Amino acid sequence: MGLKEWVYKRSPLPEMWREHMAEYYAPKNFNIFYYAGSLLLLMVALQFLSGFLVLAHYIPSAENAYNSVFGIMYDVKYGWLMQYMHIDGSSLIFVLLYVHMARGMLYGSYKAPRELVWLIGYTLYLVFMAESFFGYVLPYSNLSYWAGTVITSLLKSIPFIGGWVTTIARGGPGISGDTLGRFMALHVTLVFILILGLIAVHILYLHKVGSNNPDGIDIKENKDSDGHPLDGIPFHPYYSVKDLSGFGVWLFIFSAIIFYAPTFHHIFLERTMSTPANALKSLPDVTPPWYLSPFYAMLRSIPNKTGGILVMVFAVLVPFILPWLDRNPVRSTRYRPVTRIMLIIFFINFFVLAWVGEQPPLPKFFLTERLGTAIYVGFFLLLPIVTMFEPTRKPPARVRYRAH
Amino acid sequence: MKKLLVIGTLVAGLGMGSLVAAEAATAPVLMKPKYTYDAKTIIAGAKLFAMHCMVCHSVQFMRYEFLTQDLGMSKADVHKYIMLPTGAGYKANMISAMPVNMASKWFGRPPPDLSQMERYKSQDWIYTYLLSFYQDSKRPSGWNNHVFPNVAMPDVLAPIGGTWSKDGKLLKAGDESQQKFRKQVTDIVAFLRFVSDPSVVQRHEFGPWVLGLFALFTIFAYLLKKAYWKDVK
Repeated sequence: MGLKEWVYKRSPLPEMWREHMAEYYAPKNFNIFYYAGSLLLLMVALQFLSGFLVLAHYIPSAENAYNSVFGIMYDVKYGWLMQYMHIDGSSLIFVLLYVHMARGMLYGSYKAPRELVWLIGYTLYLVFMAESFFGYVLPYSNLSYWAGTVITSLLKSIPFIGGWVTTIARGGPGISGDTLGRFMALHVTLVFILILGLIAVHILYLHKVGSNNPDGIDIKENKDSDGHPLDGIPFHPYYSVKDLSGFGVWLFIFSAIIFYAPTFHHIFLERTMSTPANALKSLPDVTPPWYLSPFYAMLRSIPNKTGGILVMVFAVLVPFILPWLDRNPVRSTRYRPVTRIMLIIFFINFFVLAWVGEQPPLPKFFLTERLGTAIYVGFFLLLPIVTMFEPTRKPPARVRYRAH
Repeated sequence: MKKLLVIGTLVAGLGMGSLVAAEAATAPVLMKPKYTYDAKTIIAGAKLFAMHCMVCHSVQFMRYEFLTQDLGMSKADVHKYIMLPTGAGYKANMISAMPVNMASKWFGRPPPDLSQMERYKSQDWIYTYLLSFYQDSKRPSGWNNHVFPNVAMPDVLAPIGGTWSKDGKLLKAGDESQQKFRKQVTDIVAFLRFVSDPSVVQRHEFGPWVLGLFALFTIFAYLLKKAYWKDVK
């Protein structure tokens, strides 16, 4: 008995390999949006790598945090590369998350039997938000300080125990070195481990029910004599090599940003990140990073703190029940033109909200803010009604695919 | 817009230490000159910076040796033009000789470190700021600024660029022509831009190689994909 067989007899890996790679049948008609999933895995791995190296030089204290971050930028060999990878990587993760979620919405991937995949995935998105928030407080720049103050002050609106929770979260009455210590602990251990765990669960739950596809039809209904779906192909080697070329294109884009536009016109690295925390110099408009600003715009659109927080919490949480808001049995919006138009308006509106959320709180933006909030909320309110009565074309029996 | 508002709330107050918030709406429009950004310009800017700015301002994250490593200045030139009069260690950070606590006493607040000023304010802001000083007898220093009202800093470049009144009249000509003076200000801006991110030298050196590598990788990965997908009908 060779060593290989000896290990095979005792290892669960060959079986897992078959189940999740070599004999996991995925629909053959995936389009460009389907790269986002594997790219997210790649980006999380790269964030771990760059984060690990940055962490080795970071000092979580009010006196040293800001200087240690710039020590990495100026003095650590290739420190700028780690730093920019980590900064730009976090923004790009959100680009991919939005593409990934928009794909799921366009092709009805959240619908039965994949509701749990959607729920786990959306939870993952919220955990990424927390991770990025803790991350951008750590450099202890003035934006870190004031964004940390604003976001933690949201906890104050929790009934009865709000003040106590806020103090616990900050480690004191305000943002300080103690906040940095606990935020670093959360950023690098608890929240990060939660992300890894949820990714594993997300993939396991997906592989149990199988992947959806742009036509939204069930490939398991047409099987060959071996019991394999006729429109399915094994993930490995077909999609592993396809995703590999996706990695190539993505890494090209990623390094182009790092090497030639690391601040991305100060969208990925805001100007106020480059000045140290100062409790006496509040920023006139503390805007969150671009990927959180749609929700911030909705918070601001209501001229009442508690009302604004309620709208924001609603806006953040309502996508959880998307699988049950959509009443149409047909999955893909390829065959549901009304929903598709609504979705496109929803996506554009999301960008508008992101833009307006970065603007200063001036009266000229109020209308856009409120209209945007109304469209965002209106989409979820209208969806159950529209999907019950919308005109629907019959999806084809087999997936549409042109050999290339 | 954001930066104008930041300016609007910047703390001012020479001597008294009082907080004066400027009206954001009255902040002047920033000038957008043509900048050149190469080693020659940056070195010219570094010399001007060492001569006029470093008396008060540090660029604490920058080291003298970066000027040699990244810009190709000779060590002798760094000693001669930048590390005036004798300077600190060649590998040390570029810290102003003025003690911070004394500076705070003299100006009301310490002159800020300029390492990240270009990142924080933009090159247009620095350029416009340096050209927006005017004489104001109501201020303790005798100077005021259109972009940064009630700023504590005096117009150290006035001997070169001239002294101006609030409504833009030349009160006393400087040593240089306006054209040459403005070029020198862009040089200082170029130096501050470099200081805010010296990695630009390495980034642009490695950039083409890294991008080329990934482009090549993509081509081979795509050919591999095509070969495998041939039999998917």
